[in-house]
Amino acid sequence: MEIPRHWRIRQQRYALVGEVCPHCNAKLFPPRDICPQCGEDARTPYQFSGKGEIYSYTTIYEPPAGFEEYTPYTVALVKLEEGPVVTAQLTDLGEQPLEIGMPVEMVTRKIRSDSDERGMIIYGYKFRPVLSRQ
Amino acid sequence: MTTLDKRQSENLLLKPLRQVGISGYGAYVPQYRLPASEVARVWMGGKAALPIKEKSVPGLDEDVATMSIEASRNALARAGIHPQQLRAIWVGSESHPYAVKPTSTIVAETLGATPNIQAGDWEFACKAGTEAIVAAIGFVGSGMADYALAIGMDTAQGRPGDALEYTAGAGGAAFIIGPAEDSLAVIEHSYSFVTDTPDFFRRQYQKYPEHAQRFTGDPAYFKHIINAAQTLLNASHTTPKDYRYAVFHQPNLKFPQKVAAQLGFTKEQIGPGLLVGNIGNTYAGSAIIGLTAILDIAEEGDRILVVSFGSGAGSDAFSLVVTDKINKRRDLARPTRDYINRRIPIDYATYVRLRGKLVMK
Ligand SMILES: [Zn+2]
Repeated sequence: MEIPRHWRIRQQRYALVGEVCPHCNAKLFPPRDICPQCGEDARTPYQFSGKGEIYSYTTIYEPPAGFEEYTPYTVALVKLEEGPVVTAQLTDLGEQPLEIGMPVEMVTRKIRSDSDERGMIIYGYKFRPVLSRQ
Repeated sequence: MTTLDKRQSENLLLKPLRQVGISGYGAYVPQYRLPASEVARVWMGGKAALPIKEKSVPGLDEDVATMSIEASRNALARAGIHPQQLRAIWVGSESHPYAVKPTSTIVAETLGATPNIQAGDWEFACKAGTEAIVAAIGFVGSGMADYALAIGMDTAQGRPGDALEYTAGAGGAAFIIGPAEDSLAVIEHSYSFVTDTPDFFRRQYQKYPEHAQRFTGDPAYFKHIINAAQTLLNASHTTPKDYRYAVFHQPNLKFPQKVAAQLGFTKEQIGPGLLVGNIGNTYAGSAIIGLTAILDIAEEGDRILVVSFGSGAGSDAFSLVVTDKINKRRDLARPTRDYINRRIPIDYATYVRLRGKLVMK
Protein backbone atom coordinates (compact mmCIF):
# COMPACT_ATOMS: atom_id res chain seq x y z
CA MET A 1 0.00 0.00 0.00
CA GLU A 2 1.41 3.33 -1.08
CA ILE A 3 -1.58 5.56 -0.51
CA PRO A 4 0.35 8.64 0.74
CA ARG A 5 2.67 8.62 -2.27
CA HIS A 6 -0.23 8.36 -4.73
CA TRP A 7 -2.07 11.11 -2.91
CA ARG A 8 0.83 13.60 -2.92
CA ILE A 9 1.23 13.57 -6.69
CA ARG A 10 -2.45 13.34 -7.59
CA GLN A 11 -2.75 16.68 -9.37
CA GLN A 12 0.25 16.14 -11.62
CA ARG A 13 -0.92 12.63 -12.38
CA TYR A 14 -4.67 13.24 -12.80
CA ALA A 15 -4.38 16.25 -15.05
CA LEU A 16 -0.79 16.80 -16.19
CA VAL A 17 -0.17 19.75 -13.89
CA GLY A 18 3.50 20.75 -13.94
CA GLU A 19 5.31 24.01 -13.34
CA VAL A 20 6.29 27.08 -15.32
CA CYS A 21 9.52 28.99 -14.69
CA PRO A 22 8.75 32.64 -13.87
CA HIS A 23 12.23 33.63 -15.07
CA CYS A 24 12.53 32.06 -18.53
CA ASN A 25 9.00 30.69 -19.10
CA ALA A 26 10.21 27.08 -19.49
CA LYS A 27 7.49 24.49 -18.79
CA LEU A 28 8.44 21.68 -16.38
CA PHE A 29 7.01 18.19 -16.20
CA PRO A 30 7.18 16.44 -13.86
CA PRO A 31 7.35 19.38 -11.45
CA ARG A 32 10.80 19.63 -9.82
CA ASP A 33 10.82 23.22 -8.48
CA ILE A 34 14.17 24.10 -10.10
CA CYS A 35 14.18 25.20 -13.74
CA PRO A 36 16.40 22.91 -15.87
CA GLN A 37 16.88 25.75 -18.38
CA CYS A 38 18.07 28.59 -16.16
CA GLY A 39 18.57 26.98 -12.75
CA GLU A 40 16.22 29.39 -10.96
CA ASP A 41 13.30 28.55 -8.66
CA ALA A 42 10.23 27.41 -10.64
CA ARG A 43 7.23 26.62 -8.43
CA THR A 44 4.30 28.15 -10.31
CA PRO A 45 1.76 25.40 -11.15
CA TYR A 46 1.08 25.04 -14.85
CA GLN A 47 -1.73 23.13 -16.53
CA PHE A 48 -0.37 21.49 -19.66
CA SER A 49 -2.63 21.44 -22.71
CA GLY A 50 -2.39 17.67 -23.02
CA LYS A 51 -1.47 17.93 -26.70
CA GLY A 52 1.66 16.24 -27.95
CA GLU A 53 3.09 13.71 -30.39
CA ILE A 54 4.54 10.24 -30.19
CA TYR A 55 8.32 10.40 -29.88
CA SER A 56 8.84 6.66 -29.43
CA TYR A 57 6.78 3.68 -28.29
CA THR A 58 6.86 0.01 -27.37
CA THR A 59 4.24 -2.62 -26.65
CA ILE A 60 4.44 -4.51 -23.35
CA TYR A 61 3.57 -8.21 -23.30
CA GLU A 62 5.34 -9.13 -20.04
CA PRO A 63 4.03 -6.53 -17.61
CA PRO A 64 5.29 -5.57 -14.17
CA ALA A 65 3.13 -6.62 -11.20
CA GLY A 66 -0.18 -4.79 -11.07
CA PHE A 67 -0.58 -4.36 -14.83
CA GLU A 68 -1.37 -7.99 -15.79
CA GLU A 69 -5.03 -7.35 -16.56
CA TYR A 70 -4.19 -4.66 -19.13
CA THR A 71 -1.74 -6.74 -21.21
CA PRO A 72 -0.84 -6.13 -23.95
CA TYR A 73 -0.53 -2.36 -23.72
CA THR A 74 1.62 0.30 -25.33
CA VAL A 75 3.90 2.74 -23.55
CA ALA A 76 5.18 5.84 -25.33
CA LEU A 77 7.49 8.77 -24.91
CA VAL A 78 5.21 11.69 -25.70
CA LYS A 79 6.69 15.06 -26.62
CA LEU A 80 4.29 17.65 -25.22
CA GLU A 81 3.64 20.74 -27.31
CA GLU A 82 5.06 22.83 -24.43
CA GLY A 83 8.39 20.99 -24.68
CA PRO A 84 8.81 18.28 -22.01
CA VAL A 85 8.81 14.59 -22.92
CA VAL A 86 6.74 12.31 -20.68
CA THR A 87 6.43 8.55 -20.44
CA ALA A 88 2.84 7.34 -20.48
CA GLN A 89 0.56 4.57 -21.62
CA LEU A 90 -1.31 4.96 -24.87
CA THR A 91 -4.98 4.00 -24.84
CA ASP A 92 -8.00 3.63 -27.17
CA LEU A 93 -5.68 2.44 -29.93
CA GLY A 94 -7.99 0.06 -31.71
CA GLU A 95 -6.66 -1.16 -35.04
CA GLN A 96 -4.93 1.99 -36.24
CA PRO A 97 -1.16 1.65 -36.78
CA LEU A 98 1.04 3.87 -34.61
CA GLU A 99 3.63 6.17 -36.10
CA ILE A 100 6.38 8.36 -34.70
CA GLY A 101 5.10 11.92 -34.81
CA MET A 102 1.45 10.88 -34.51
CA PRO A 103 -0.54 13.57 -32.66
CA VAL A 104 -1.96 12.42 -29.33
CA GLU A 105 -4.06 14.00 -26.57
CA MET A 106 -4.13 13.45 -22.83
CA VAL A 107 -7.00 11.61 -21.15
CA THR A 108 -7.39 10.65 -17.50
CA ARG A 109 -7.82 6.91 -17.05
CA LYS A 110 -7.42 4.10 -14.55
CA ILE A 111 -3.77 3.13 -14.29
CA ARG A 112 -4.17 0.15 -11.95
CA SER A 113 -5.39 -0.89 -8.52
CA ASP A 114 -3.05 -0.46 -5.59
CA SER A 115 -2.30 -4.05 -4.41
CA ASP A 116 -5.53 -5.85 -5.39
CA GLU A 117 -9.24 -5.29 -6.00
CA ARG A 118 -9.59 -4.13 -2.40
CA GLY A 119 -6.98 -1.40 -2.85
CA MET A 120 -7.46 2.14 -4.03
CA ILE A 121 -7.92 2.80 -7.72
CA ILE A 122 -5.04 4.79 -9.17
CA TYR A 123 -5.99 7.26 -11.89
CA GLY A 124 -3.62 9.14 -14.11
CA TYR A 125 -2.83 10.58 -17.51
CA LYS A 126 -2.60 8.47 -20.62
CA PHE A 127 -2.59 9.56 -24.25
CA ARG A 128 -4.76 8.54 -27.17
CA PRO A 129 -4.60 9.35 -30.87
CA VAL A 130 -6.38 12.69 -31.37
CA LEU A 131 -10.03 12.04 -32.13
CA SER A 132 -10.93 13.31 -35.55
CA ARG A 133 -13.80 15.75 -35.92
CA GLN A 134 -16.46 14.22 -38.11
CA MET B 1 -53.73 15.46 -10.68
CA THR B 2 -57.40 16.00 -11.45
CA THR B 3 -58.09 17.02 -7.88
CA LEU B 4 -55.78 20.04 -8.10
CA ASP B 5 -57.05 23.32 -9.46
CA LYS B 6 -55.08 25.39 -11.98
CA ARG B 7 -53.24 27.48 -9.43
CA GLN B 8 -52.17 24.47 -7.40
CA SER B 9 -51.04 22.74 -10.56
CA GLU B 10 -48.78 25.68 -11.45
CA ASN B 11 -47.33 25.53 -7.96
CA LEU B 12 -46.13 22.00 -8.64
CA LEU B 13 -43.37 23.35 -10.86
CA LEU B 14 -40.02 23.62 -9.10
CA LYS B 15 -39.17 27.29 -9.48
CA PRO B 16 -35.83 28.75 -8.38
CA LEU B 17 -35.59 32.34 -7.08
CA ARG B 18 -33.51 33.38 -10.07
CA GLN B 19 -33.70 31.87 -13.51
CA VAL B 20 -30.92 29.45 -14.46
CA GLY B 21 -29.81 27.56 -17.52
CA ILE B 22 -27.15 25.39 -19.11
CA SER B 23 -23.88 27.29 -19.48
CA GLY B 24 -21.97 24.35 -20.92
CA TYR B 25 -22.58 20.69 -21.74
CA GLY B 26 -20.45 17.72 -22.72
CA ALA B 27 -20.92 14.07 -23.57
CA TYR B 28 -18.81 10.96 -23.40
CA VAL B 29 -19.23 7.47 -24.91
CA PRO B 30 -16.50 4.80 -24.84
CA GLN B 31 -15.39 3.45 -28.22
CA TYR B 32 -16.25 -0.24 -28.00
CA ARG B 33 -19.57 -1.60 -29.32
CA LEU B 34 -21.18 -4.95 -28.60
CA PRO B 35 -23.80 -5.76 -31.26
CA ALA B 36 -27.01 -7.10 -29.73
CA SER B 37 -26.73 -9.94 -32.25
CA GLU B 38 -23.61 -11.12 -30.35
CA VAL B 39 -25.59 -11.55 -27.12
CA ALA B 40 -28.29 -13.38 -29.08
CA ARG B 41 -25.66 -15.59 -30.73
CA VAL B 42 -24.20 -16.70 -27.41
CA TRP B 43 -27.37 -17.04 -25.35
CA MET B 44 -30.28 -17.59 -27.75
CA GLY B 45 -28.74 -19.51 -30.65
CA GLY B 46 -29.04 -16.28 -32.61
CA LYS B 47 -32.83 -16.33 -32.32
CA ALA B 48 -33.96 -13.25 -30.42
CA ALA B 49 -35.75 -10.01 -31.18
CA LEU B 50 -33.04 -7.36 -30.79
CA PRO B 51 -34.01 -4.31 -28.69
CA ILE B 52 -31.20 -2.16 -30.17
CA LYS B 53 -28.45 -2.45 -32.79
CA GLU B 54 -25.47 -2.26 -30.45
CA LYS B 55 -24.36 -0.93 -27.07
CA SER B 56 -21.27 0.92 -25.94
CA VAL B 57 -18.74 -0.88 -23.72
CA PRO B 58 -16.05 0.84 -21.64
CA GLY B 59 -12.37 0.03 -22.10
CA LEU B 60 -10.36 -1.72 -19.37
CA ASP B 61 -9.09 1.61 -18.07
CA GLU B 62 -12.45 3.41 -18.02
CA ASP B 63 -15.03 3.83 -15.28
CA VAL B 64 -17.62 6.39 -14.20
CA ALA B 65 -14.89 8.67 -12.83
CA THR B 66 -12.79 8.76 -16.01
CA MET B 67 -15.85 9.09 -18.24
CA SER B 68 -17.25 11.90 -16.08
CA ILE B 69 -13.90 13.69 -16.32
CA GLU B 70 -13.94 13.73 -20.12
CA ALA B 71 -17.60 14.82 -20.35
CA SER B 72 -16.89 17.55 -17.77
CA ARG B 73 -13.85 18.81 -19.68
CA ASN B 74 -16.13 19.20 -22.70
CA ALA B 75 -18.72 21.04 -20.59
CA LEU B 76 -16.07 23.37 -19.15
CA ALA B 77 -14.73 24.14 -22.63
CA ARG B 78 -18.21 25.16 -23.78
CA ALA B 79 -19.04 27.16 -20.66
CA GLY B 80 -15.75 29.03 -20.91
CA ILE B 81 -15.42 29.32 -17.13
CA HIS B 82 -12.46 28.55 -14.88
CA PRO B 83 -12.90 25.29 -12.92
CA GLN B 84 -12.51 27.29 -9.68
CA GLN B 85 -15.78 29.07 -10.53
CA LEU B 86 -17.63 25.78 -9.99
CA ARG B 87 -19.08 25.60 -6.49
CA ALA B 88 -20.50 22.07 -6.71
CA ILE B 89 -19.73 18.85 -8.57
CA TRP B 90 -22.38 16.17 -8.36
CA VAL B 91 -22.12 12.81 -10.07
CA GLY B 92 -25.25 10.71 -10.55
CA SER B 93 -24.64 7.02 -11.27
CA GLU B 94 -25.47 3.47 -10.24
CA SER B 95 -21.96 2.30 -11.11
CA HIS B 96 -19.71 4.49 -8.98
CA PRO B 97 -16.21 2.91 -8.92
CA TYR B 98 -16.13 2.66 -5.12
CA ALA B 99 -18.84 1.37 -2.80
CA VAL B 100 -17.57 3.92 -0.26
CA LYS B 101 -15.56 6.93 -1.48
CA PRO B 102 -17.05 9.62 -3.69
CA THR B 103 -16.56 9.74 -7.45
CA SER B 104 -17.15 13.49 -7.33
CA THR B 105 -13.93 14.24 -5.42
CA ILE B 106 -11.85 12.47 -8.08
CA VAL B 107 -13.61 14.46 -10.80
CA ALA B 108 -13.25 17.73 -8.85
CA GLU B 109 -9.53 17.24 -8.18
CA THR B 110 -8.83 16.29 -11.80
CA LEU B 111 -10.67 19.31 -13.16
CA GLY B 112 -8.79 21.61 -10.80
CA ALA B 113 -11.96 22.63 -9.00
CA THR B 114 -10.90 21.79 -5.41
CA PRO B 115 -10.92 22.72 -2.55
CA ASN B 116 -13.56 25.50 -2.34
CA ILE B 117 -16.36 23.30 -3.59
CA GLN B 118 -19.33 21.12 -2.68
CA ALA B 119 -19.09 17.54 -3.94
CA GLY B 120 -21.29 14.49 -3.74
CA ASP B 121 -22.53 11.38 -5.48
CA TRP B 122 -26.18 10.80 -6.32
CA GLU B 123 -28.09 7.59 -6.76
CA PHE B 124 -31.54 6.94 -8.17
CA ALA B 125 -31.12 4.24 -10.82
CA CYS B 126 -31.39 5.87 -14.25
CA LYS B 127 -32.46 9.30 -13.01
CA ALA B 128 -29.46 10.02 -10.78
CA GLY B 129 -28.14 12.43 -13.43
CA THR B 130 -31.30 14.53 -13.62
CA GLU B 131 -31.51 14.50 -9.82
CA ALA B 132 -28.11 16.18 -9.78
CA ILE B 133 -29.40 18.69 -12.35
CA VAL B 134 -32.47 19.53 -10.23
CA ALA B 135 -30.20 20.04 -7.22
CA ALA B 136 -27.92 22.27 -9.30
CA ILE B 137 -30.93 24.32 -10.43
CA GLY B 138 -31.75 24.89 -6.77
CA PHE B 139 -28.14 25.61 -5.79
CA VAL B 140 -27.61 28.18 -8.52
CA GLY B 141 -31.22 29.37 -8.55
CA SER B 142 -31.10 30.24 -4.86
CA GLY B 143 -28.01 32.37 -5.37
CA MET B 144 -25.81 30.10 -3.25
CA ALA B 145 -23.51 29.64 -6.24
CA ASP B 146 -23.08 30.86 -9.79
CA TYR B 147 -22.03 27.57 -11.34
CA ALA B 148 -22.61 23.90 -10.48
CA LEU B 149 -21.59 20.83 -12.46
CA ALA B 150 -24.14 18.00 -12.66
CA ILE B 151 -23.19 14.68 -14.25
CA GLY B 152 -25.12 11.55 -15.17
CA MET B 153 -22.80 8.67 -16.13
CA ASP B 154 -22.96 4.89 -15.99
CA THR B 155 -21.20 1.67 -16.96
CA ALA B 156 -24.17 -0.53 -16.17
CA GLN B 157 -24.01 -4.32 -16.17
CA GLY B 158 -26.70 -6.88 -16.97
CA ARG B 159 -26.53 -10.50 -15.86
CA PRO B 160 -25.07 -12.63 -18.67
CA GLY B 161 -27.89 -13.83 -20.90
CA ASP B 162 -30.46 -11.57 -19.23
CA ALA B 163 -32.63 -9.21 -21.29
CA LEU B 164 -30.70 -6.26 -19.84
CA GLU B 165 -27.41 -7.55 -21.21
CA TYR B 166 -28.46 -6.57 -24.72
CA THR B 167 -28.88 -2.93 -23.75
CA ALA B 168 -26.85 -2.04 -20.61
CA GLY B 169 -24.41 0.46 -22.13
CA ALA B 170 -21.84 2.99 -21.00
CA GLY B 171 -21.75 6.76 -21.35
CA GLY B 172 -23.35 9.95 -20.16
CA ALA B 173 -23.23 13.70 -20.03
CA ALA B 174 -22.17 16.66 -17.90
CA PHE B 175 -23.96 19.99 -17.55
CA ILE B 176 -22.77 23.23 -16.04
CA ILE B 177 -25.79 24.98 -14.59
CA GLY B 178 -25.35 28.75 -14.37
CA PRO B 179 -27.26 32.03 -14.37
CA ALA B 180 -29.79 32.38 -17.22
CA GLU B 181 -27.93 35.35 -18.68
CA ASP B 182 -24.87 33.14 -19.23
CA SER B 183 -26.74 30.16 -20.64
CA LEU B 184 -26.89 28.50 -24.03
CA ALA B 185 -30.28 27.13 -22.99
CA VAL B 186 -32.49 28.60 -20.28
CA ILE B 187 -34.32 26.15 -18.03
CA GLU B 188 -37.93 27.34 -18.07
CA HIS B 189 -39.56 24.75 -15.88
CA SER B 190 -38.78 21.68 -13.84
CA TYR B 191 -41.03 19.09 -12.23
CA SER B 192 -40.43 15.76 -10.46
CA PHE B 193 -42.78 12.82 -9.99
CA VAL B 194 -41.90 9.97 -7.61
CA THR B 195 -43.60 6.89 -6.14
CA ASP B 196 -42.23 3.80 -4.39
CA THR B 197 -42.24 1.17 -7.16
CA PRO B 198 -40.10 -2.00 -6.97
CA ASP B 199 -39.57 -2.46 -10.70
CA PHE B 200 -35.77 -2.86 -10.59
CA PHE B 201 -33.25 -3.09 -7.79
CA ARG B 202 -29.84 -4.35 -6.76
CA ARG B 203 -29.00 -5.28 -3.19
CA GLN B 204 -25.67 -4.45 -1.52
CA TYR B 205 -22.77 -6.69 -2.70
CA GLN B 206 -24.78 -8.02 -5.64
CA LYS B 207 -23.12 -7.58 -9.02
CA TYR B 208 -26.25 -7.68 -11.16
CA PRO B 209 -29.68 -6.08 -10.68
CA GLU B 210 -33.06 -7.80 -10.41
CA HIS B 211 -35.97 -6.62 -12.48
CA ALA B 212 -39.62 -7.52 -12.44
CA GLN B 213 -40.19 -8.03 -16.14
CA ARG B 214 -43.95 -7.37 -16.18
CA PHE B 215 -43.50 -4.44 -13.83
CA THR B 216 -41.04 -2.41 -15.86
CA GLY B 217 -43.50 -1.12 -18.46
CA ASP B 218 -46.85 0.40 -17.50
CA PRO B 219 -46.60 0.88 -13.71
CA ALA B 220 -43.02 2.09 -13.88
CA TYR B 221 -41.60 3.65 -17.06
CA PHE B 222 -44.85 4.81 -18.70
CA LYS B 223 -46.68 5.93 -15.58
CA HIS B 224 -43.86 8.09 -14.27
CA ILE B 225 -42.77 9.64 -17.55
CA ILE B 226 -46.33 10.43 -18.63
CA ASN B 227 -47.23 11.95 -15.27
CA ALA B 228 -44.06 14.04 -15.15
CA ALA B 229 -44.36 15.22 -18.75
CA GLN B 230 -48.10 15.88 -18.65
CA THR B 231 -47.92 17.80 -15.37
CA LEU B 232 -45.13 19.99 -16.71
CA LEU B 233 -47.03 20.59 -19.96
CA ASN B 234 -50.25 21.48 -18.12
CA ALA B 235 -48.62 23.69 -15.52
CA SER B 236 -46.57 25.56 -18.09
CA HIS B 237 -49.55 25.89 -20.47
CA THR B 238 -47.67 24.26 -23.31
CA THR B 239 -48.52 21.41 -25.66
CA PRO B 240 -46.21 19.14 -27.68
CA LYS B 241 -46.56 21.58 -30.63
CA ASP B 242 -44.66 24.21 -28.64
CA TYR B 243 -41.54 22.01 -28.59
CA ARG B 244 -39.01 21.58 -31.36
CA TYR B 245 -37.46 18.53 -29.67
CA ALA B 246 -38.21 16.03 -26.91
CA VAL B 247 -36.07 13.37 -25.29
CA PHE B 248 -37.10 10.61 -22.90
CA HIS B 249 -35.23 7.97 -20.94
CA GLN B 250 -34.23 5.24 -23.41
CA PRO B 251 -33.90 1.71 -22.00
CA ASN B 252 -34.55 0.33 -25.52
CA LEU B 253 -35.85 1.68 -28.82
CA LYS B 254 -39.49 0.76 -28.23
CA PHE B 255 -40.30 2.48 -24.91
CA PRO B 256 -39.27 6.09 -25.74
CA GLN B 257 -41.02 5.96 -29.12
CA LYS B 258 -44.19 4.61 -27.53
CA VAL B 259 -44.24 7.11 -24.68
CA ALA B 260 -43.58 9.98 -27.11
CA ALA B 261 -46.54 8.92 -29.24
CA GLN B 262 -48.78 8.62 -26.19
CA LEU B 263 -47.89 12.16 -25.16
CA GLY B 264 -48.39 13.50 -28.68
CA PHE B 265 -44.78 14.01 -29.81
CA THR B 266 -43.75 13.14 -33.36
CA LYS B 267 -40.86 11.01 -34.65
CA GLU B 268 -39.22 14.20 -35.94
CA GLN B 269 -39.26 15.74 -32.45
CA ILE B 270 -37.61 12.75 -30.76
CA GLY B 271 -35.32 11.58 -33.60
CA PRO B 272 -32.18 13.65 -32.85
CA GLY B 273 -32.10 12.66 -29.16
CA LEU B 274 -32.85 8.97 -29.67
CA LEU B 275 -29.39 7.43 -29.34
CA VAL B 276 -30.13 4.09 -27.63
CA GLY B 277 -30.02 2.10 -30.88
CA ASN B 278 -26.32 2.90 -31.31
CA ILE B 279 -24.98 3.20 -27.75
CA GLY B 280 -27.43 1.26 -25.59
CA ASN B 281 -29.08 2.36 -22.37
CA THR B 282 -26.58 4.58 -20.58
CA TYR B 283 -28.75 4.60 -17.43
CA ALA B 284 -28.12 7.86 -15.52
CA GLY B 285 -26.77 9.27 -18.78
CA SER B 286 -29.57 8.06 -21.02
CA ALA B 287 -32.01 10.97 -21.41
CA ILE B 288 -29.38 13.65 -20.89
CA ILE B 289 -26.87 12.42 -23.45
CA GLY B 290 -29.82 12.59 -25.83
CA LEU B 291 -30.15 16.24 -24.79
CA THR B 292 -26.49 16.87 -25.70
CA ALA B 293 -27.11 15.51 -29.22
CA ILE B 294 -30.10 17.87 -29.52
CA LEU B 295 -28.10 20.88 -28.29
CA ASP B 296 -25.48 20.03 -30.92
CA ILE B 297 -28.01 20.92 -33.65
CA ALA B 298 -30.54 23.20 -31.91
CA GLU B 299 -31.18 26.81 -32.92
CA GLU B 300 -31.98 29.90 -30.91
CA GLY B 301 -35.58 29.85 -29.72
CA ASP B 302 -36.03 26.07 -29.91
CA ARG B 303 -37.92 24.64 -26.94
CA ILE B 304 -36.86 21.19 -25.67
CA LEU B 305 -38.61 18.78 -23.31
CA VAL B 306 -36.43 16.35 -21.31
CA VAL B 307 -37.93 13.58 -19.16
CA SER B 308 -35.80 11.05 -17.34
CA PHE B 309 -36.94 7.87 -15.63
CA GLY B 310 -35.30 6.06 -12.76
CA SER B 311 -36.50 2.74 -11.43
CA GLY B 312 -37.68 2.71 -7.91
CA ALA B 313 -39.28 4.97 -9.34
CA GLY B 314 -39.48 8.52 -10.57
CA SER B 315 -39.13 11.01 -13.39
CA ASP B 316 -37.67 14.51 -13.64
CA ALA B 317 -39.01 16.73 -16.42
CA PHE B 318 -37.48 19.96 -17.73
CA SER B 319 -38.37 22.41 -20.44
CA LEU B 320 -35.56 24.47 -21.94
CA VAL B 321 -35.34 27.26 -24.47
CA VAL B 322 -32.15 27.61 -26.52
CA THR B 323 -30.47 31.04 -26.58
CA ASP B 324 -28.21 32.76 -29.13
CA LYS B 325 -25.15 31.68 -27.10
CA ILE B 326 -25.49 28.17 -28.53
CA ASN B 327 -23.83 29.14 -31.81
CA LYS B 328 -20.51 30.26 -30.36
CA ARG B 329 -20.27 27.59 -27.64
CA ARG B 330 -21.33 24.42 -29.39
CA ASP B 331 -18.10 24.11 -31.39
CA LEU B 332 -15.83 24.59 -28.38
CA ALA B 333 -15.94 20.85 -27.65
CA ARG B 334 -16.55 17.59 -29.50
CA PRO B 335 -20.12 16.98 -30.61
CA THR B 336 -21.83 13.88 -29.26
CA ARG B 337 -22.01 12.29 -32.71
CA ASP B 338 -18.17 12.17 -32.87
CA TYR B 339 -18.22 9.85 -29.87
CA ILE B 340 -21.06 7.80 -31.32
CA ASN B 341 -19.37 7.44 -34.71
CA ARG B 342 -16.08 6.45 -33.06
CA ARG B 343 -16.76 2.74 -32.77
CA ILE B 344 -14.83 -0.48 -32.53
CA PRO B 345 -17.13 -3.51 -32.78
CA ILE B 346 -16.18 -6.34 -30.42
CA ASP B 347 -17.27 -9.94 -30.02
CA TYR B 348 -18.74 -11.46 -26.88
CA ALA B 349 -15.35 -12.83 -25.75
CA THR B 350 -13.73 -9.39 -25.80
CA TYR B 351 -16.79 -7.96 -24.07
CA VAL B 352 -16.48 -10.54 -21.30
CA ARG B 353 -12.86 -9.54 -20.77
CA LEU B 354 -13.51 -5.79 -20.86
CA ARG B 355 -16.37 -6.07 -18.36
CA GLY B 356 -14.37 -8.09 -15.86
CA LYS B 357 -16.48 -11.20 -16.18
CA LEU B 358 -13.45 -13.49 -16.39
CA VAL B 359 -12.27 -15.07 -13.15
CA MET B 360 -8.49 -14.50 -13.06
CA LYS B 361 -7.70 -15.80 -9.57
ZN1 LIG C 1 13.86 29.08 -16.13
